[in-house]
Amino acid sequence: MDMEAAKLIGAGLAAIGAGLASIGVGNVFGSFLESALRNPGAADGQQGRLFIGFAAAELLGLLAFLVAVILIFVA
Amino acid sequence: MHQFAIEPLFGSEKWQLAGYNIAFTNSALWMAIAAVALWIFVAGGMKRDLVPGRWQMAVETFTGFIDDMLATNVGKEGKKYVPYIFSLFMFILFANLLGLIPLPLAMVGIHAFTFTSHFTITGILAIMSFAIVLVVGFWKHGLHFFSLFVPHGTPLVMIPLIFVVELFSFLVRPFSLGLRLFVAMMAGHVLLEILASFIIDSSNAGVGWGVLIGFPSFFLMLAICALEILVAGIQAYVFALLSSLYINDAENLH
Repeated sequence: MDMEAAKLIGAGLAAIGAGLASIGVGNVFGSFLESALRNPGAADGQQGRLFIGFAAAELLGLLAFLVAVILIFVA
Repeated sequence: MHQFAIEPLFGSEKWQLAGYNIAFTNSALWMAIAAVALWIFVAGGMKRDLVPGRWQMAVETFTGFIDDMLATNVGKEGKKYVPYIFSLFMFILFANLLGLIPLPLAMVGIHAFTFTSHFTITGILAIMSFAIVLVVGFWKHGLHFFSLFVPHGTPLVMIPLIFVVELFSFLVRPFSLGLRLFVAMMAGHVLLEILASFIIDSSNAGVGWGVLIGFPSFFLMLAICALEILVAGIQAYVFALLSSLYINDAENLH
């Protein structure tokens, strides 16, 4: 298999990580919404932590995208 | 991918300074546009009416937001970082939003450029935040700053391992900060470009294909533009929030 084909297949496999990250991000927001509906008064105070959790989960998904981009354009 | 190309606007031969090329690029142009727009926005709201008008209310919403964020995350010492975090947040927000403007001048080669979609720019912003953290940490606490990496109550045996792990995770911070903003902006614009190429290629293949593939792609582009506006705001907020959290680590060691 030549280099170019192998790189593109690798990039396709790396993009699976984006789908896994969507599960993580959905988890963060889902937990927040579920507990916010139980205790609406305390929800606004925790909004900062919601976005911190979202940023961390999103970053790891973006790392998967980054690997795919590196394989296509850099390596 | 041409939308990410950095082009020197006035040529690059005569723009040399001490061996470095400092040509005025489209990236620099959009940074200037963001700075001017931000200056006009804040200047327009600098009135002191007791009952604020709309513009003053908008500016005060943003300043109050950053004030509250720093008060929550850093405490009383956070007040002196409000100018930096406010400038950082508003600059990144304006940069992200200006890059989404659909200028209908693509035929002439003029297009909106998101300068935060380059790792060089976001990396420098992240290095600035990290440098502030290091300077404040070592100025205020001296070598006691290293106690940040050994949480309270770790057993003596585990201290070497925990120290190394915490040190690594601390050193990765500027990298992750810059990377998050860069990839979020670049990914959004790449997605919009791919959808646009769907519309153009399908329309070139025939009217039937154009309607079948082009129409849904167009509506998807509208929806993703709305999502990108949200992501622009969220990424600017996350950058400022994490910067203030890291400053809290430096000011109050845990």
